[in-house]
Amino acid sequence: MVDAATQNLSTAPVEGGPPGSPRAMRPVEFARWSWRQLTSMRTALALLFLLAVASVPGSLVPQEGVDPVRVAQFKAAHPGLTPWYERLSLFHVFSAPWFAAIYLLLFISLVGCVVPRSRLHWSAMRARPPAAPRNLVRLPVHTSWSAEVGSADLLDSAVRELRRRHYRVDRAADSIGAERGFLRETGNLLFHTALIGLLVAVAIGNLFGYKGSVLVVEGEGFSNSLSVYDSFAHGARFSESHMPPFTIDLKKMTVRYQPSGDQRGAPRDFQAHLSYTSDPSAKPRSFDLQVNHPLVIAGTKVFLIGNGYAPVFTVRDSTGKAVFSGPVPFLPRDANNTSIGVVKASGARPKQLGFEGLFLPTAAIDPQLGPISTYPALIVPRAVLNAYVGDLGLDSGVPQSVYRLDTNKMTQVRNAAGKPLAQVLAPGEALKLPDGQGSIRFDGVRRFATLQVAHDPGKSPALVSALLALVGLMLSLFVKRRRVWVRAVDDGGGRTVVEVAGLARTEGEDRDRLADEVTALARSLGAPEQAPASEQVPATEQVRATEQPETGKPAADETED
Amino acid sequence: MTSESLAHLSNNLLYSAMAVYTGAMYCYAAELAFAPRVRAGRVLATVGATASPSVDPAVSGDAPPTPADAESREQARLERSNRLGRIAVALTGLAFLLHFGAVVARGVSAGRPPWGNMFEFSTTGALAVTGAFLVLLARRDNRMPVRYLGLFVIGPVLLTLGLAVSVLYVNSEQLVPALKSVWLVIHVTAAMIAAGILTIGFAQTICFLVQDRMERTGGGPAFMSHFPSADAIDRAAYRMHAFAFPIWTFAVIAGAIWAENAWGRYWGWDPKETWAFITWLVYACYLHARATAGWRGRKAAYLALLGYSTFLFNYLVVNIFLVGLHSYAGVG
Repeated sequence: MVDAATQNLSTAPVEGGPPGSPRAMRPVEFARWSWRQLTSMRTALALLFLLAVASVPGSLVPQEGVDPVRVAQFKAAHPGLTPWYERLSLFHVFSAPWFAAIYLLLFISLVGCVVPRSRLHWSAMRARPPAAPRNLVRLPVHTSWSAEVGSADLLDSAVRELRRRHYRVDRAADSIGAERGFLRETGNLLFHTALIGLLVAVAIGNLFGYKGSVLVVEGEGFSNSLSVYDSFAHGARFSESHMPPFTIDLKKMTVRYQPSGDQRGAPRDFQAHLSYTSDPSAKPRSFDLQVNHPLVIAGTKVFLIGNGYAPVFTVRDSTGKAVFSGPVPFLPRDANNTSIGVVKASGARPKQLGFEGLFLPTAAIDPQLGPISTYPALIVPRAVLNAYVGDLGLDSGVPQSVYRLDTNKMTQVRNAAGKPLAQVLAPGEALKLPDGQGSIRFDGVRRFATLQVAHDPGKSPALVSALLALVGLMLSLFVKRRRVWVRAVDDGGGRTVVEVAGLARTEGEDRDRLADEVTALARSLGAPEQAPASEQVPATEQVRATEQPETGKPAADETED
Repeated sequence: MTSESLAHLSNNLLYSAMAVYTGAMYCYAAELAFAPRVRAGRVLATVGATASPSVDPAVSGDAPPTPADAESREQARLERSNRLGRIAVALTGLAFLLHFGAVVARGVSAGRPPWGNMFEFSTTGALAVTGAFLVLLARRDNRMPVRYLGLFVIGPVLLTLGLAVSVLYVNSEQLVPALKSVWLVIHVTAAMIAAGILTIGFAQTICFLVQDRMERTGGGPAFMSHFPSADAIDRAAYRMHAFAFPIWTFAVIAGAIWAENAWGRYWGWDPKETWAFITWLVYACYLHARATAGWRGRKAAYLALLGYSTFLFNYLVVNIFLVGLHSYAGVG
């Protein structure tokens, strides 16, 4: 679709219909007309541009597939816009029907262009180079001289020289037609075909692939199955039996942050020290998982995509019995790991207990914002908790987030002054509820790692397609398509009149470079030094195009003896 | 040398480079300003030709006869203009060396490739622009003059550096874990080289549009008559874009490979990825438009400008204002 020289191959519609009265097109005619419209370069160009425009909202509106949290925030902030955005699929632009319509039409247009052009290219490659035009000096780049060598010998050496320059050569009685640069169109077709391959590879990944994220606290682990994942997305043809049965334990999560300077608190190093087995019976092996350094198990990749803190709490109810004890992941909300979370003690009697609040690795009290963290690592770890008693709502059958407390059927615990009970806890400290309703003790802190497990069977085909597309692209842009003709005729006086001419068939090609080639060819055939291979003036001087438009008119003022 | 003193040296070199760039820019501007107007019908050397050509009366034979003293005055003006141009190129070379030194010192000071945040990306990216321009100048191909572009290339370079030192500056530090990868070198280098070449293509496209207008309406400032013909600029701009496009494609593919290795998916429609894709599409449109009747010339040129503005959007707006995985700007 790039080459101007093949415009005459275009299936573009002819402007204006045949003369005569307009009549309705028959279905077959209409289908043919539509097909020609769709596969025309103009339509392809419009669709390509439309695809670019259609991608823009996908970067400006939060996307479900990229950042669901921000989508929820956006919906909460813009209740009026939300239904319209939803109607237009603006929260998932790249899987929207209208987006798919654009790229599918583009690819159909592509196929409709590539197939006939491949056929034409195939026959063009097997055809003989075009015979020399009658008047070679009419061509924009040409040279001629009179030689002492016989015409047959001269043409023989011209054939050798052109072959050496990778031309396909066809010899006639007194002339040679030569052509090079077929790789340009080959590359062009390869590029566009590889793009189709890329689309297929993406489709394979979407159909058979899966991606899940799982949060693992230090000292804990999981085995690969659907139920362990906190979020899981998979293609339509995915089956759980495809999941390799590996297990992963998080031994330790180490983190390092910039301790000082204007980037204080910026992450510097995250490492999850894992022990894993490729199947439950295998011997465990260890691996240090880092960002940019995934673990590969049986074609499935495990990535470290996040980390945070899981403070350890012990909750006792009114009877003094420990009804909950263990680490609870709190999700980081900012760059300094101010984290929020909840603790649910469903076994507490007589009423269930719930706590919500903050975990601050380096606690400080901001006059405006209240308790916040001022550094992401553990320097002054504190937990700040509110307490609720009542029914946690876990038995209602409605699935509940482990990071949110449903306080509909709970009452907040207040202190003697009637204010909500809240307390900043250092490790080892406990919050005691009034009237002996129970207590929560902040025992210590463990870290957690968020791991992403991904399997995409389309990714290798996608890479191969992309690289082939790149190769094709370079060929289609950098290979020069040229035709060269040589004619040698005996002048009857024992000398041979030689004419060499060239024609560039490449968009944007500098005629000077073709002139260089024709000059070099002429020299190698014994042309005298003075013979210039073009009507162009010598190199340091340029004729302004307005004064002498490049119409390819032969140079009358040049002496060519 | 300690890391801090190296970072300090880097900053000093950068400020020196900016001073020399400023001098170069003034010289490019003066070269254009002092160049005499080329009269219609006159065959004349183009401003920016490397050699110092003379206005040969024999060549300009069909020019209207002018008094000899006016001729020689004009000749003197042309000589002076050319001298300014050569000084400008020399200053550009000097500024490039200082700039290069600044980038290297920054990299050594941090012990890593010097493009880990937006300040560094901007300074190194600007270096790529100057580098691409110097490569073109060094080709010494008189048939494709490039010196006339000096003002339009060094201007944006200086603007970028000014933005970098004033708004984007951050101290030299280690990388965030997400950037610790060999792909930082491969992906970002390709993106910067492509950007450098596209910037020159952008400058050429602007010159083409102005020259094209001059040629259709006549008149215009004197210096424009020294630019190559609109057609020649257009072809040069096309070649620049055609050269940059596969490099940009490679940068996007390398980015996808890196994304697969870091985040578990090769394409996730992160804002940065989306805009790299948009830029790719718009430049693909440009290349196709060149081969489509009715779109060649000005319409295609507008597409090239649009392509460059999508690149700028990705560099400035997406880095700073849009939330995404590529938020390494270190700004704000």
